[in-house]
Amino acid sequence: MPVSSPSDREPILLQATGLRRSFGERVVLTGVDLILAEGETIAVTGPNGVGKTTLLRVLAGLLRPSAGEVLLDGRPVRTADPRSRAAIGLLSHRAMLYDDLTLQENLEFVARLHGLRDPRKVARDSLEQVELLARAGDSPRTLSRGLIQRAALARALLHAPRLLLLDEPFTGLDRAAAGRLRALLAARRPAGLGTIIVTHQLDEARDIASRVLALQAGSIGSVAA
Amino acid sequence: MSSPPPGALTAAFIIAGKDLRSELRRRTALVSAVVFAALILVIFNFARDPTSLRAEQLAPSAFWITCAFAAVMALSRAFAVELEHGALDGLLLAPVPREALFLGKFLGNLVFVLVVEGITLPLFVLFFNVSLRGALPGIMLVAVLATVGFVAVGTVFSALTARVRFNELMLPVLLLPFMLPPLAGAAQVTAALLNGRPILESAGWLRLLLVYDITFVTLSLLIFPALFDE
Repeated sequence: MPVSSPSDREPILLQATGLRRSFGERVVLTGVDLILAEGETIAVTGPNGVGKTTLLRVLAGLLRPSAGEVLLDGRPVRTADPRSRAAIGLLSHRAMLYDDLTLQENLEFVARLHGLRDPRKVARDSLEQVELLARAGDSPRTLSRGLIQRAALARALLHAPRLLLLDEPFTGLDRAAAGRLRALLAARRPAGLGTIIVTHQLDEARDIASRVLALQAGSIGSVAA
Repeated sequence: MSSPPPGALTAAFIIAGKDLRSELRRRTALVSAVVFAALILVIFNFARDPTSLRAEQLAPSAFWITCAFAAVMALSRAFAVELEHGALDGLLLAPVPREALFLGKFLGNLVFVLVVEGITLPLFVLFFNVSLRGALPGIMLVAVLATVGFVAVGTVFSALTARVRFNELMLPVLLLPFMLPPLAGAAQVTAALLNGRPILESAGWLRLLLVYDITFVTLSLLIFPALFDE
């Protein structure tokens, strides 16, 4: 069993095998093997520029791996039915919000694209979850960095994805907001929902993940905790 | 809480609705395109020597050249808004086929360019002093037929050039050659209509526009998903 496998016997949610990815001559991922069980939260750490964000984008299906495969619920992420993307939620470096729409409209748009019933209520509930309901009518351009991060989290969590991919989720969050995020992530585990967190903050990672993996020289090199 | 994700057509309307709502709120692209169109019409009008060239002879070309450049301006914004905060990733992660993304952007662009043309038409009548009596339904038909084709191609090129440097330059360089057939057809039919000819006399041009539309909407639908296969 590779170091990046869960120790228990929970059903596998995500399985990445032999992932390689290069950009021109520059090789970023050299062979990543990763297994995420249902209800599991894992953290991937590593210094800046080691390929954490690239790994997350490959897992989300936004980037095609040069070699290897990502299976979500046993189906290839990139070639599966587009509807299977409903199982993925992503928080990236960028908020994925439109400045010309209010927060409420942004989230309603996402809810509609996911076919959620009552998009207005779903959007409101999601904003309430990150304590942004009072700013529902505001444009993202009027929000601070921390509030944008909360709005982006609301967007990523909106459809209760089976697989949540978070890239540096604590960036810009104050202590209270970081605590709420930890609680939200903890609430996902009993429901069998999996989470992968990419961060360069090892302490933060140890706090919330059941396994902490270190990405080194393009592959998962060791289990840090 | 969840039901099946929307079908391609429903998703396309959701995306087009979002684009139009954004544009209504921002208005920068619409105002720029209309001001630009008005300026070109003014220049054409003052550059014309009325003793050697009748308004009806120049007007159709002037109108369609104006619409073409205004459309290029509008199309150059189509994917730029998706890149501002990485929103394109959000669209690509949505559980809808890539073709729905094309259709949504295409429908939004089509409505937008038709609105610009609709605003430009009265300005055109004003500056060139031409009569649209009896010609208006035909001009509206040819406007829709011509615009569908070049907006489809423009939507693909807008996506293609959005992430490259100097995209404002690249889009017209790529798109304008593809706009020539529909623009030539539209100008010919408009000239005939302004001269009081029945639209049936232009059936050949209308067929050409229809074939162009079917060909390029189909090709665009097939090509578009590959643009995001990173």
